[in-house]
Amino acid sequence: MSKSVLAYVVSLVLLGGAVVLGVTVGTVPISPAVIWNPSSDEAAANILWNIRMPRVVLAGLVGAALAIAGAAFQGLLKNPLADPYTLGVSSGAAVGAVMTLFFGISIPFLGLFTLPVISMIGALITMLAVMGFARLVDRSMKMETVILTGIIFSSFLGSIMSLMIALTGEELRQIIGWLLGSVSMRGWPYVQMALPFVLVGSFVLWLYRRELNAMLFGEERAQHLGVDVKRSKLAILIGGSVLTGSAVAVSGTIGFVGLVVPHMTRLVWGSDHRHVLPLSFINGAALLIVCDLVARTIISPTELPIGVITAFIGAPVFAFIFFRQRRGGL
Amino acid sequence: MLQIENLSGGYGDKKIVDRISFGVEKGRMLGILGPNGSGKSTLMKLISGVLEPTSGVVRVDGRPVGDFPAKELARKMAVLPQLHAHAFSHTVRETVSLGRYPHQSGWFSSWSAEDEAAVQEAMQLMDISHYESTLLEEMSGGEQQRVFVAQALAQNAAVLLLDEPTNHLDINHQKELLDTIKKQAIEKELTIISIFHDINLASMYCDELLLMDEGSIVRKGEPHEVVRTHDVESVYQTRVSNHPHPELPKPQITLLPGVRRKPAGLKVRAEDFLVTPEFVAYQSQLPLKTVSSAVVNAGSGWFRNFLNRRVDASYNIDNSYEEMVDYIEDSGLKATDTVAMMTAVRTEHAIVREYKADFGNIVVAVTAGVGNGVDVSQAVAREQRVGTINTWIMVNGILSDEAFIQAMITATEAKTKALQHEEVIDPLTGTIATGTSTDSCLVAATQQGEALPYAGPITEVGKLIGTGVFECTVEAIHLYREAKKA
Repeated sequence: MSKSVLAYVVSLVLLGGAVVLGVTVGTVPISPAVIWNPSSDEAAANILWNIRMPRVVLAGLVGAALAIAGAAFQGLLKNPLADPYTLGVSSGAAVGAVMTLFFGISIPFLGLFTLPVISMIGALITMLAVMGFARLVDRSMKMETVILTGIIFSSFLGSIMSLMIALTGEELRQIIGWLLGSVSMRGWPYVQMALPFVLVGSFVLWLYRRELNAMLFGEERAQHLGVDVKRSKLAILIGGSVLTGSAVAVSGTIGFVGLVVPHMTRLVWGSDHRHVLPLSFINGAALLIVCDLVARTIISPTELPIGVITAFIGAPVFAFIFFRQRRGGL
Repeated sequence: MLQIENLSGGYGDKKIVDRISFGVEKGRMLGILGPNGSGKSTLMKLISGVLEPTSGVVRVDGRPVGDFPAKELARKMAVLPQLHAHAFSHTVRETVSLGRYPHQSGWFSSWSAEDEAAVQEAMQLMDISHYESTLLEEMSGGEQQRVFVAQALAQNAAVLLLDEPTNHLDINHQKELLDTIKKQAIEKELTIISIFHDINLASMYCDELLLMDEGSIVRKGEPHEVVRTHDVESVYQTRVSNHPHPELPKPQITLLPGVRRKPAGLKVRAEDFLVTPEFVAYQSQLPLKTVSSAVVNAGSGWFRNFLNRRVDASYNIDNSYEEMVDYIEDSGLKATDTVAMMTAVRTEHAIVREYKADFGNIVVAVTAGVGNGVDVSQAVAREQRVGTINTWIMVNGILSDEAFIQAMITATEAKTKALQHEEVIDPLTGTIATGTSTDSCLVAATQQGEALPYAGPITEVGKLIGTGVFECTVEAIHLYREAKKA
């Protein structure tokens, strides 16, 4: 027990540190004291609460959503290389988002939530299509088959997006920047847009933590252990799609967070989903906050898209996991 | 407890299991046997509900398996599948703990004392408690197998389905695992169905067996009804022979290899016997099938060397076996390839003769000392005295099991007749002796040449044994008496 308590303490401390760094470091350095005492420096407090804090919180939410979704997808598919990005689910969500903007879709009673909801639907449809096609190719759903299918779908969906952007002319050009992934200049409304979905999606996945543990040993074994496999699969797919959709709707496609964070978490704290899921949530938030910090400070005043930073870390980790799985004889 | 009624099913359009029905009572263990591809694993999947049957029904406690919610079924029935590779690392404890999944419910339910106790007990039973925090991937296939058995036991289900539980295990762990499962079955009245590759293991541990071929039941019943040469041969397309287990009332089978030894012109001849004052010995080029009451390697077996050694009258018989083994090894022979007996009689007085008939010939060798004659019909307390008749019969032919025993009977009758003819007296009762107190007999056969299914006194070989043993024993008694007089 003490080991898991330690895991949460360490992760929360890292997250706290990331938040403090995220709101204080930048072109205008701000003293951490301003967080507790806004009246000491009104101008700094204004930057902190209206510009930096929403940005940090949004980065945290997106990171948490992608990481916990990645952990769940990996468990569901018994595939350590799966994450919303490599499976093509992020692209599906992005197509949903671009379509919403392209056609100017606005569903009345959803209002502000139209964008994330359509992104989620795009994510879910893509996820089902990828899994269906992979199963058609190879019943045992080998690791490589699933990832290759993800790449195929990603490329195809990417071309659809390019087409839509080309057709709109100037107006949607800015979407290209957004597609590379960014949490800048979003403000509190975007936090409100993502927050309920991230919480609900994460909660759904957390409810299925024990089922995920069983499914790591295969669907047949899980069924022997008493898991209602069909229902659990559907719930996990929906939960993961809700998380991916809401993250993509507010930040574009940010790759590899869902791959790196669960992998590191498992490596350090073990594979039990009762802990992997919440710890990935916390660590994903911390990682993306730090990545965003690096993205906006490394070649200041120019900002890099955050996806550049995550890919820079994530691709080598992907290569390492792939190498280890193949050479490990599994 | 478990009823399978008219069950059929398979993959897609392919019907693999065809209208199978049977039942297993509470506390019983049923073994499923059958060659590769006979539908054993498919049958298991149909029973466990992983595969939807095309027809028929499986009932647990009278209730169809399909009616159970997944978790409730898992509390009733635990399954051990064949081992699969997995992509993530788990500790032994995490893996075994998963067996408690069906006992946990609700959103926030936590680990109960009962869960903990079940996991601890299962790990203890499988002897993996000390591996608790070891990662599964760091363990050998056999150890992993034990972890998964522990997982199934932790489920605390009344029905256990096992698919080759002894896969990957060495013989010690095979025995340990099956002993444990069997013990559980008896103590907790578990109902067990298990697939076996090893017919002998299945026969030893199961109360009932079911032999499958091409998706149907060929035979079902107690091991002695199922492990029969004819059925096993036709289902597995392999020559086998069956024999009893040395300790249990269960049949066992032995493979008869396709590669057989060449019938090199092996022949036992009297002139090849070595007769010296120290011993009578015969060395065969190829092993002979032997049944004997010798000191070393008694019972039945295949041996090349035969030794009848002279020991002093004062020989200490307390550790005769070890001493005899040392003696054999010292003479440059292998004790595992030698049948050895002993006598106090002067071995140079051994009679070795060859007897011929149409089928071939036999060699009889006898050493006799009759100072200790016993009338077996007069049961009287007596002290041990020296004096032994050792009779060897070597047959150039193929003896059946019956023929070996008949040869012994015939030889004993001939020996008794010889003692009567020579008027050997039991000194204690004053009546005619039937033998001595420590007589030994050995029948060996080359198992080449003509088949001799019987060896009673009116068969060809029986006649030779009768005449030969009578003549040689009479002769040996003469030599013994002459030596005594001298």
